[in-house]
Amino acid sequence: MTAVTEDTKDAATALPRLLPPPETKKADDWRAHAGRHGRLPYRDRQGVLISDLEAAGLTGRGGAAFPVHRKLRAVLDAADKRRRTPAVIANGAESEPASDKDATLLWLSPHLVLDGLQLAAEAVGADTAILYTHVNREHDVGSRLKEALQARQAAGVDRVPVQLAQAPARFLSGQETALINHLAGGPAIPTFMPPRITERGLRGVPTLVQNAETLAHLALIARKGPGWFRRVGTDAEPGSMLVTIHRADGRPRISEVPLGIPLKDLTGEISQESAVLIGGYHGTWLTGREARALTLDNRSLARADARVGAGIVITLPPDRCGLVETARVVRYLALESAGQCGPCLNGLPRIAAALAEIAGGRARAQAVADIERWSGLVAGRGACHHPDGTTRFVRSALRTFAAEVDRHQRGRCSASVTRPFLPVPSDAARTEHDWI
Amino acid sequence: MAEKLLVNPIDCEGHGACAELLPEAITLDEWGFPVVDPRPLPPGLERNARAAVSACPTLALRLVRP
Amino acid sequence: MSGINSSTALWYTSRATGVVALLLLTAVMLLGLLVTRQGRLPGLPRFAVSGLHRNLSLLATAFVAVHVLSAVTDGYVNIPITAAVVPLTSPYERLWLGIGAVSFDLMLAAVVTSLLRRHLSRKAWRAVHLTAYVSWPVAWVHSVFSSGDLQHGPLLYLAIACALAVIVAVLWRVSAAASDVPRAERVGLLMSAFHGKARRRQPDDARPAERTLSQ
Repeated sequence: MTAVTEDTKDAATALPRLLPPPETKKADDWRAHAGRHGRLPYRDRQGVLISDLEAAGLTGRGGAAFPVHRKLRAVLDAADKRRRTPAVIANGAESEPASDKDATLLWLSPHLVLDGLQLAAEAVGADTAILYTHVNREHDVGSRLKEALQARQAAGVDRVPVQLAQAPARFLSGQETALINHLAGGPAIPTFMPPRITERGLRGVPTLVQNAETLAHLALIARKGPGWFRRVGTDAEPGSMLVTIHRADGRPRISEVPLGIPLKDLTGEISQESAVLIGGYHGTWLTGREARALTLDNRSLARADARVGAGIVITLPPDRCGLVETARVVRYLALESAGQCGPCLNGLPRIAAALAEIAGGRARAQAVADIERWSGLVAGRGACHHPDGTTRFVRSALRTFAAEVDRHQRGRCSASVTRPFLPVPSDAARTEHDWI
Repeated sequence: MAEKLLVNPIDCEGHGACAELLPEAITLDEWGFPVVDPRPLPPGLERNARAAVSACPTLALRLVRP
Repeated sequence: MSGINSSTALWYTSRATGVVALLLLTAVMLLGLLVTRQGRLPGLPRFAVSGLHRNLSLLATAFVAVHVLSAVTDGYVNIPITAAVVPLTSPYERLWLGIGAVSFDLMLAAVVTSLLRRHLSRKAWRAVHLTAYVSWPVAWVHSVFSSGDLQHGPLLYLAIACALAVIVAVLWRVSAAASDVPRAERVGLLMSAFHGKARRRQPDDARPAERTLSQ
């Protein structure tokens, strides 16, 4: 499993909160969890938790940073209005290849996530609870979760029975509507909203889909209160979050950090020639100089057109070519398109091809202009944000690696190593010749 | 309150009838798919907008309240 | 000679509107097939194809309604009104009129579901609309066999022409659709077409700093 680092030494704002302290060196089973965190604080009334969450300012940790209290309120209101009993889903699909924080959380602190699932279910009055996980991970999270559920059942602590479900290994499988489509027996591809899934989701009922980490934070806020949650982080973006850090030198690490932490504390020394990718494959490339000046929160990152996303921070080693890496990832992203929407279906393969040409030093003169035009054409015109995220990633690469683009157009490349750096799944990958 | 146009990109197959009936708000991209003006419909275009909605063979185009 | 009484007039009306209805329904079939292939009528804008398909189908329904009512109202032969929609209940020409009723039922279903399309699921609407492939041939059989009108002379040629037109159009639609790529496979196809081509001349090995990219 991805190594967990030691975090801030300040005792008053002690981290980690979600993960067991590194010195314990193992996952929290039911007894350890109950010992560390105490009993599950059911409120015995709908809606009470929601005002605590509003005071805490908890936002989603799955990438969109949507205020959690608003989502719960929307589901609760829809359930009242339509007189249907809602469903809650803990989203551990983590279909972003470079992210490992949800898998790590589920491996080390499954009970926090399961607590959060129960509390969220109580808050909206749900009678269905599902934990959705990804199968392709180093460790068998599924069996760990089954054990955890059995222990909870023996202790009689869960009020809503929890079903486990598995996400297929596709980039879009963690997208809310794709997740529900799959749970309902269809393919793991998005559906069009309206109606929003908070109105009409799984089996037509109002559905709450929340990232697994978000639910873990929720479980702690329910015990320790909004004030405690706000003790770390910034005023506008309070709390801590799990990040997946890929440094130049080695394996990815999971760390729990306060929002607002300087990026250079995560990446280590950032050299002039390196680049930093924030937010995964729908994120933004930053130059080393930009990254040195920014902190891990949306307000700061917005200055560079970047977002925190699901907390993936990747430093590109100076001996690698950002264009070659980007082209490889964009090929994967294009192959992962659901192929349902004309603009995405037509635009992404063309963008991928043009990037491949640029990376290979064979680009036509207008390749960059074409990519810009296509990116403008596809953004915002799909049923989901796959084209938007992909074009954000692409455009940031062209901007951050502009000097490299010039070099490639003269037939040269500054990289000395062509071994792939950014992780792209190979077993799940489709190729140009595979039919989906 | 003025309505706005919304196209369901999954249902849309690029027939292009909408762009013919409402060129003021809908144009076709280089692949034949509609680029819809996201702003509320100016008054006077309502009738043509309804014709465009009705002409879509896949019912991908809708008029919604913002 | 005996005058043309109202009964005869009604009977002729029924036969005439029947012929026109067949022509209109043939046009509706052809236009429907054209819509699915995103085809165009020369000189006309794109929306004309689906617009005409819709308008002619409503016109055809009107003609079929008159065709049915005039046949029922005419007292010369006994055709109960219910025979228009319940097959095989007409004492007169039980089989051929029964077939007409089947076609009419399917046609009504297609038209009504299309008018109420907004309230139906896509699958439901499509399933009913596809029965047109049954409704039209059945209407043709009814037209040719329930009276002698289309069995000789110009009307026979007309009937054959309609049948040929629809057969050719269906064959064209099926063969063109056979080379369509199902949605799930389109990504692979496009990637192969663009990205596969772009990658065909791919340089590979590692070289020292500032390496040259081979062409």
